[in-house]
Parts: sequence; structure tokens; C-alpha cells
Amino acid sequence: MSLHRKDFFGLRDLTAEDIRYILTTAETMKYILNQKNKKSPHLQGKSVIILFYEQSARAKLSYELAAQHLSANVVDMTNSAHDMERESLQDMGQLIDQMGADFIILRHPMAGAARLLAKCVEASVINAGDGYNENPGQSLLDLLTIKESKGKFEGLKVAMIGDFLHSRVAKSNIWGLTKLGAEVHVAGPPTLLLPEMERFGVTVHYESKKAVQDADVILTTRMRLETQDKMNLPTLDEYKRFFRIDHKLLQYAKPDAIVMHPGPIQRGIEISGGVIDSPQCIINDQIANSVAVRMAMFYILSQMGGGLV
Amino acid sequence: MKDLLLKNCRLCSGEAIPKTLCDIRIQNGKITEIKTGLQPKGETILDVAGKYVLAGLIDMHCNICEPGFENIEDIETSAASAAKGGFTSITCEPNTKPVIDNKTVVEYIISKAKAQDSVNIFPYGSMSMGCEGRDLAEIGEMYQAGIVGISDGDEIIDSAAFLRNVMRYTKMFDLPVMTHCEDRTLSGKGVMNEGYTAACLGLAGMPREAEELHVARNILLAETTGARLHIATISTRGAIRMVRDAKKRGIAVTCETCPHYFALTEEDVEDYNTYVKVDPPLRTHDDVQAILEGIADGTIDVIASGHSPTPQNEKNKEFGNAAYGISAWETAFAISYTYLVDTGVISLERLSEMMSKKPAEILKLTQKGVIAVGNDADLIVIETTQPYKVEPKEFASKAKFSPFAGFQLKGRVCHTIVGGAIQI
Repeated sequence: MSLHRKDFFGLRDLTAEDIRYILTTAETMKYILNQKNKKSPHLQGKSVIILFYEQSARAKLSYELAAQHLSANVVDMTNSAHDMERESLQDMGQLIDQMGADFIILRHPMAGAARLLAKCVEASVINAGDGYNENPGQSLLDLLTIKESKGKFEGLKVAMIGDFLHSRVAKSNIWGLTKLGAEVHVAGPPTLLLPEMERFGVTVHYESKKAVQDADVILTTRMRLETQDKMNLPTLDEYKRFFRIDHKLLQYAKPDAIVMHPGPIQRGIEISGGVIDSPQCIINDQIANSVAVRMAMFYILSQMGGGLV
Repeated sequence: MKDLLLKNCRLCSGEAIPKTLCDIRIQNGKITEIKTGLQPKGETILDVAGKYVLAGLIDMHCNICEPGFENIEDIETSAASAAKGGFTSITCEPNTKPVIDNKTVVEYIISKAKAQDSVNIFPYGSMSMGCEGRDLAEIGEMYQAGIVGISDGDEIIDSAAFLRNVMRYTKMFDLPVMTHCEDRTLSGKGVMNEGYTAACLGLAGMPREAEELHVARNILLAETTGARLHIATISTRGAIRMVRDAKKRGIAVTCETCPHYFALTEEDVEDYNTYVKVDPPLRTHDDVQAILEGIADGTIDVIASGHSPTPQNEKNKEFGNAAYGISAWETAFAISYTYLVDTGVISLERLSEMMSKKPAEILKLTQKGVIAVGNDADLIVIETTQPYKVEPKEFASKAKFSPFAGFQLKGRVCHTIVGGAIQI
């Protein structure tokens, strides 16, 4: 099969079949990554523009490496918010398009920005995070990590703990996991849950042990201080008292439960130091999968023309 | 040339509605005779061939943007756009530049509107100097200069103490007090209705309580001060319930909604459609249902256009950065007809009341709002059987966009007659 699309915006508009296809492709890419020579020619002669309006270390690195492994030319134009005021996103897109770019990787503080850009450019647009909306790349690598560890999604019980209001990857994961047949339980301070969250097909708890009960997978979110005003949460100290993943809480989960975090992690806040250092916490697997998933995303889009043919 | 004979009219407003087609004689801008088989006396004759003739529409909530924002809309394009939409009288919100907070600006707008010799423009005065919600504007002088109401100009009055004083002060002129209801501490950074759709799109939400808190507050203040309160653009079930209860208790409160609040829902924001970015935001199906109930049982008095134009480039942005606003004059009546009359929610007579008679009563435009001998000859002729397609690029307004682009609507305005002069 193939996935006929020009752009990747999020998991919300992918079907379960689409997601499985991306994950299978990512497994192939992982095979390539494990070779001595990691270079493959799939994006030879194509150019990839990294257009980030927000700072990011890991997303940028993984997209850049993925593009280079696939032999694309990569241009990094990490913009500041200052540039955004001078030139509209559409104008920037036109500029990049006219110069003949094939892929634009966009990270932007406004929800829906990737869709807006995609409407006015020929190039394929990959959403690397838009406001508080979605981050499909990060989510797909989480899903790949879960698949590798558990072998399936149907019937899995996944607990998600933390901040859902400001976490785009958490939302992408909810779309993905529910579509793939996992049973999703969420817990977090009520002020950091989404409005009408049950309608996303998840079970909402205020107590983390209820969400974690018999879980196969525990996903945590980043607790971002910079985006969180004190109206939603008093302090991280109080947060960790109620929602930190530690060995005591893990007793409620299945013995082989895995613990994941999108990084960067704050030791002792989202997850206790002891759990981070234990084999149950597989954040290194997540990082290892991040490049493979992005390679798969590039490959799939290039199969359908890859922006400018 | 203010003399006109309208032949074969199907009347739909007035005290006693004739069952048969009749003719309307207009002399010197006034209706002088309504009868069948009137003989021409040398005046212009317009045969409407059995089409419905309604009293001209009166818009209680719109923005003409002049003075100060002529790049967005001006008095000339406002008049042309309103006339195309069947509005023979429009008001204007005072948040112009300079703000309508003194008699000079009122006189400027009235004289400029008169010079147009087109649609009537009745300004609202600002409650406060500079629309800042702090110091009382010269309401009395503006009243003498011709304002028909006072308004916050969609700038929210945070201070209950100030609004209470406005209501007390205004009592000596018996002017209606128009309020945009929104508690800014609750709406915060929201850009659409709070709820599942906003969560799906990753957009910050404005909860319904933001509107409802101010509706409750303003009703309480109207009750204690005895002022005439008019709640602009009501959009939630809770707010409508409070107005219904207040009316039952005899409080002098009226309210209005706009066509987009019952023809669209928050789900129309899907795909980040900035053309539906309005304030208050589009709500849910349940709220739309409540609005329809409120329209049917008379809780909602008036349908206004809510015309608040904005430059096209301010809409071609990320949803969060895009401007609020809608170009509404040229679709308001047809949307209302299609979604309210064609669907059987209310009769055409009742729609005419909501868009003409009731606004005239609230604004005390005693010669308008009803087709009757002696009244101003502000009339519209509408076509109700043939659907037509909404083409925003043909709008007379400078804001040539609409969330209703491409919609097939019934209730096209064929003719707009203001003071006996045919505008379209």
C-alpha cells in the first residue's frame, strides 16, 4: 500500500492503517540505520527546509539527520518570532517554494500553521509541532517504541500522566493510540486536562494510581514551566507529590510496564530518578527511534511525488 | 424624486395585513396610501409582480468604520452594502477613530450620511470617553445631536460600578444601553468557543461562562437601575435562559443575535477557517438549538447583522493571529430567511418584526419598522422561491469575504427603497 498525501499535519487525520504503514516503513528505515553505511538514496536531488519558529534541539536534529541519511540537501532556517512579524508565513512559504524546495519541516507557535502553509506551497509540509495542536513525528516515534516493546496495540492499557493542555505530542498520541485500539487512561491536574476530554475516547482520572492500574505502558508529558502560568498549577513540587512516576506508583502497573517521556526530562519531577535509571524506563529507545520515524515520513511523502516532481 | 407607486405588493408587515395584492403610494418619502388598484399620478411606477414587500430592515449592530478606519469600510460602502442587504437604516458602533464620544463626531456622521442620500445611519454614542470604560462620555449632548442608543462599542466594560452609573445617568434620556457581554478574565487568550472542537484543533477556548457572567451582571444592574438594557450578540443557552427569566420578572431587557450564530457552529472552525472567527465565538449545536427556541418564543427580540468588516489580509493568517470579524450585511436577511422561515421556525411576519419593527421600537424610530400610512417609505422587496448563490466577490462592502460563500440561499433582496427612493 501507499499513503497518498502531500503533507503530514497530525495523527488526527491519519487512519489506523496509515499509522501502521508508517510504523512498518520506520522499521525498514531502522534496518538501514543499523548498517555501517547509513546513507540511502531515496531523497537524492531533493531539498529539505527546516523552518522552525520555535527553538528545539531534538526535533531539529532528528529531522536533519533523517534527511541527510536519505541523501537530501538540508537547509536550516530557524526563524525567530521577530522574523515572523516581518514576513507572513504564506510569503515565507512562497519564497521557499519558488526556490524549488521539496519538503518544509515547520515548527510554529500557532495551531494550524502547517495547514495554512501547505495550502499555499507545492512543497510537502511536515508539521513538527504547531501551537498546542499536534506533533506527529514525536508521536509516531512513541508508537514505534511501544510497538517494538509490546508487539501490538490492541488491548494494551496505556496510562498517560501530566499536562495535556500544553502538550501537542500527548494529543497526537491520544489520536494514534485510540485509533490503533489501545485503551487510554489519562490523569493529571484537572486544570491541565483538555475540555470535554472524554470525547477523545479516553478515561479521565484525577488520581494517577487509578490511571496506572494494570497499565502496559505509561506515557508522561513534559511539565513545561515556561508555558504554564501559576493559575493552572501552583508548583512543580506539588505536581510531583500527586503525579510523579515512582516505584511506589509502578506497583499498580503490570510488572513489565514501560515508562516513556518525550524529553527533555526533569529528574524527580515527571519521573523519579530511580525509575529513570531502571530498565523499565525506555527513553533511550524513543530517541533511537526518532530518526527512523522521520526517515519513514520523508520516504512516504517522496513516494507520492515528494513535493515538486 | 421621492414619489413612487409600488404595484402588486404582497404585504407582510403592518397592523392589518391585506390578503390580496395591493399597491403602495409614496409621496415625498412617506407612505400615503395602501390599497388595491391605485391609479398612477405621474410618479415612477415599480411593479413588483406579487413579490413580498417588507418594511426596510433596521440593523442594531454593525460597524461603518468611518471615521478612522476607511481602509476597512466607509460610509459610502456601508450604505451600498447595507442597501444590497435590504437594510434601510443602520446604526454604527462608537468604536471609530475618533470615538463617537462627543456631539461633533455624531454630527459628522449624521451630516455625511445625509449627504449620501441613501440608507439612514443612526449613530450610537459611546458610554465612556474614548471607549475606555472609565469616564462618562457627554451622553446628553450626543443625545441632542441624534444618537439612538449608547454602547460600549464592543469594548468590554470591566467595571460594574461604571456600567451601573451609565445606566443611572442614561435614564434621563431613556436611551437603550447596548452591552457586549464578555468577562475578559474568563475569555482570556481564547480565540474560539471552549470545548471539544477547540481541544481538537489545539486552539485556546473562550468558555460560555465568559458571556453569561456579564449577561447576569448586566441584567442585575438593569433591574436595580431601571435602565433599558440591550444585550448585543447573545450566543449561549445559559445567556438566553437568563434573559427569558429576566423578562418574566419584568426587567427592561432586550437582546439580539446574528445570523451566523444560528446558521453556523464551532465545528465550522474546522480546518482553521478564519472567516468564522467572530466575537463572541460560534458555539455548539446545543446553543444553536437554544437560539432557535429563543427566537421562536420571543426571548430574542432582534436579529442584527453583526457586520464587522476587516481587511482580507487580516483573515489570511494563522487562526490565532487572524482578526475577528464578518462581512454580514449582504447575507443577513437571506441567511435568516433560509434558516428560520424556510425551515418553519418562525413566519416571515415574525422575521420582519425581528429585523424591522422591534429594532424601531427599541431605538424609538417611530416612523419606521412597519408599513403603514404616514410612515417613512423604507421598504424592501424580496424573492423567496428561487435559491441564489452567495458570491462574496460581488459584495458592495469592502470586506469581500464570507463564511457563507457558495451557500445556496433563499430570500434574496430584489429592491431596497429608502424614503421612496429606489436604492437597488
